Amino acid sequence: MPSKTFQKPLLAVLLALGIVFPMIAANDYYIYVMSLAYIMAIAAVGLNLILGYTGQLNLAHAGFMAIGAYTVGILTVDYGVPYWAAFALAGILSAFIGFFAGLISLRLKGHFFSIFTLCVGFIIYLIIEKWDALTHGTVGIIDIPAPTGLGPIRFDNTWSQYYLVLFFLVVSMWVMSRIVNSLLGRAFLAIRNGEDLAETLGINLMRTKVLAFVLSTFYAGLAGALYAGFVRFIGPGMALESHTFDMIAFILVGGIGTLFGPLLGAVLLTWLTQSLQFLQDYRMIVFGPLLILLVMYFPQGLIGFYRQRQARRAAASAKDRRTQRAVVGTAQEARTNA
Amino acid sequence: MNIFFQQLLNGLTLGSVYALVALGLTLVYGILHIPNFAHGALYMVGAYVAFYLVGAAGANYWVAMLGAAAFVALLAVLSDRLVFHRLRNAPPLHDMIAAIGLLLFLEAGVQAIWGAEFHRLAPPYTQIVRVFDLVAPAQRLIIIAAAFGLMLVLHLFLTRTLTGSTIIAMAQNREGASLVGIDATKVSVLTFAISGALAAVAATLFAPINLVYPSMGHLVIMKAFVIIIIGGMGSIPGAIIGGLVIGFAESFGAFYVSTDYKDIIAFALLVLILSIRPQGLFPSGAR
Repeated sequence: MPSKTFQKPLLAVLLALGIVFPMIAANDYYIYVMSLAYIMAIAAVGLNLILGYTGQLNLAHAGFMAIGAYTVGILTVDYGVPYWAAFALAGILSAFIGFFAGLISLRLKGHFFSIFTLCVGFIIYLIIEKWDALTHGTVGIIDIPAPTGLGPIRFDNTWSQYYLVLFFLVVSMWVMSRIVNSLLGRAFLAIRNGEDLAETLGINLMRTKVLAFVLSTFYAGLAGALYAGFVRFIGPGMALESHTFDMIAFILVGGIGTLFGPLLGAVLLTWLTQSLQFLQDYRMIVFGPLLILLVMYFPQGLIGFYRQRQARRAAASAKDRRTQRAVVGTAQEARTNA
Repeated sequence: MNIFFQQLLNGLTLGSVYALVALGLTLVYGILHIPNFAHGALYMVGAYVAFYLVGAAGANYWVAMLGAAAFVALLAVLSDRLVFHRLRNAPPLHDMIAAIGLLLFLEAGVQAIWGAEFHRLAPPYTQIVRVFDLVAPAQRLIIIAAAFGLMLVLHLFLTRTLTGSTIIAMAQNREGASLVGIDATKVSVLTFAISGALAAVAATLFAPINLVYPSMGHLVIMKAFVIIIIGGMGSIPGAIIGGLVIGFAESFGAFYVSTDYKDIIAFALLVLILSIRPQGLFPSGAR
């Protein structure tokens, strides 16, 4: 079902809001938080492709984000590679590793896939933590250079970096909307709705699922690369499954399997966490039960809920019109008969 | 010879702890048909309760173990009644996400109460047992004896008693079990209680030679998952054999390969096995 909920005017308003945000934000810190929310949103949008559209709960997503971040960190700090070259490699490397991980893990179905990817994520974490010589181990990589300027544009302050992240967010969202509204996107949905049926329809299950997996890991790598250049410090902890859980929370709150759900969820929850700053370490006391309550009573998320209500209203008005027409019809009939 | 024996003992210790955790996981899988990601958090809560009972309340080690088992059993039953039971008809994805929510909540809760730092449960038995020229710390022998004793009791309970058989029956065929008048609610409460108690006992046994901290369940639960995938989801002998296989692989791997990467061995084994045989070593039903 291609999303027609967000029509062009609404999209333009959203984009305008994104552009003016730094001008109306009270201070640089808010801009910083918003940029982080966008980066997480890019990762979550990628996870949503495999989780929401294709129906596979991949618990290694944070691991692939870490691969992207570490590619940038290692190449720029230890090997002096220019930021943008490392940046380009980050997405490709994540997708490359994602391809092999997907090839093995997608042979498993349902729970087994989730458990397996949980293990894959942990392997990534352990390798990052233990391979001191390459990854700086538990210390992490510090002093990652900020993105270098492109022509006249420099990325040396929070403002310019905000726009850089916003640019990638918009591009990611646009590409994602093209993907999910294409024939391929329908194939993903068909797999989510029933693998056997999808296969009967002539969809190559394995190839399609691996493609979804690779695309989603590419998004993770891209988000990781942006994160490395933006926060400029990375540690092995970012590969932990708890970050994947964060992203799942974003997707669920905003609306699973919707284009804008992950973005909405990432922005909302990031600000919620910021306003619950004192809870920082304990935010999971709130988030944990929130996840449970969401899947129990509100599994479709905010956008899903909105869309459902709209669909219901459309159905109701269509029904009204039909009865009206029927009434008018019988009245006319009565008149002609008379 | 001595070093080899040492590794054998280590492997047996690790294996029996893993097997206990995996047993609880596999029992719940048999009933619920979802991977209970919160099981590792139950294990962790068990260790903390025992730590509290021994440390702050001054209880005897075995009393603390009983207390922890009872508390975690109750917690597991509550999680079933309040969360999993209500999601019975929801898609499996929702159960898994709810389990993750539970895991996050329990971990944050424990961290709020006891803090993020490492704790140590004082070892109740510090003696060293000597047989000829072989030495073994008493605590390790106790772990092995207690774990295997518990497995034997569980086996007898499941196969020799009527109540135990209802669990097996429910795992084999839900509709069939209901048809012959087995109360699904009772069985599910019982299964969760047993699985929680097993996790708490495993944690209490292992804690004296390990550390107690909020994320201590992560590795254990993931290895338990590896074990039940290798051993076959829902299979009880599979969980025990799988536990021992992983335990030995780890202890010998740590010694002969690398201590740094010992935690990866279990996962590498899983990746290897599933790459060659996606249906696992002991296939059981659809996957």
